[in-house]
Amino acid sequence: LEAAVFFAAAVMAIGGALGVVLQRNPFYSVLSLVVHLIALAVLFLLLQAEFLAAAQVIVYAGAVMVLYVFVVAYVGGLEDPLTEPNPLLRRAAPVFVGTLLAELCVAILGSGLKAIDTHGAQLRPGFGSPSQVGELFLTRFLVAFEVVSLLLLIAAVGAVVLARRTTEGVG
Amino acid sequence: MDIGWYLVLSAFIFCIGAVGVLVRRSPLVILICLELMLNAGNLALVAFARMRGTGDGQIFALVVMIVAAAEVVVGLGVIVAMYRDRLPMDVDEMSELKG
Repeated sequence: LEAAVFFAAAVMAIGGALGVVLQRNPFYSVLSLVVHLIALAVLFLLLQAEFLAAAQVIVYAGAVMVLYVFVVAYVGGLEDPLTEPNPLLRRAAPVFVGTLLAELCVAILGSGLKAIDTHGAQLRPGFGSPSQVGELFLTRFLVAFEVVSLLLLIAAVGAVVLARRTTEGVG
Repeated sequence: MDIGWYLVLSAFIFCIGAVGVLVRRSPLVILICLELMLNAGNLALVAFARMRGTGDGQIFALVVMIVAAAEVVVGLGVIVAMYRDRLPMDVDEMSELKG
């Protein structure tokens, strides 16, 4: 059953990703991204990351995507020519990305990590639960937690400053 | 499922996102494709956390999610500012960092 769920979610994730790149209308790109994110949340559940899966659906597929939809609606669904007019880049992009993919696959499959062909280590009960994530965040990763909260504050203020209506030549 | 499958899937998603960043021209779609690449990285991090059986990778993935949210907020602010100044929505024409 696990394999069936994995392959269904993987096909959904890749389909969503292809939809993002291939849709001409940005609005449909955003909707494809929602499909992709939900498929990734299913994969997180398979990997025993319950809290991350919930955060992915609520924060990402919920809040961030609403922001995207608002901006797409505000800017207008500008039809975007699908390919680069610059012929050099258009020809180079598939070559570059194909090389990157081959290199990544070689790096993953030839890494010699023995655990890569297993289901993973034995887990303690409660692995990936909100309580465990919260405990790690407030003990071992306290500095990262504080820095990230500061970053969010700065980003919010920066966005307000950037998107403010520019009066009297400021901005 | 073996951990390797998840890593290969994340490599695929990362490369699809990279194609999008290289080929598309609308800044909005490029932001979405960046999102795709960040999520591929997240999937690999969670897979490694499962492989090692510690929660560290999940914390890292959560931090990546927060940084991605910050990036989206600033990026969308820039796009709204571009729209308000009637600048062309094309990254090839936006090659100067002048206010």
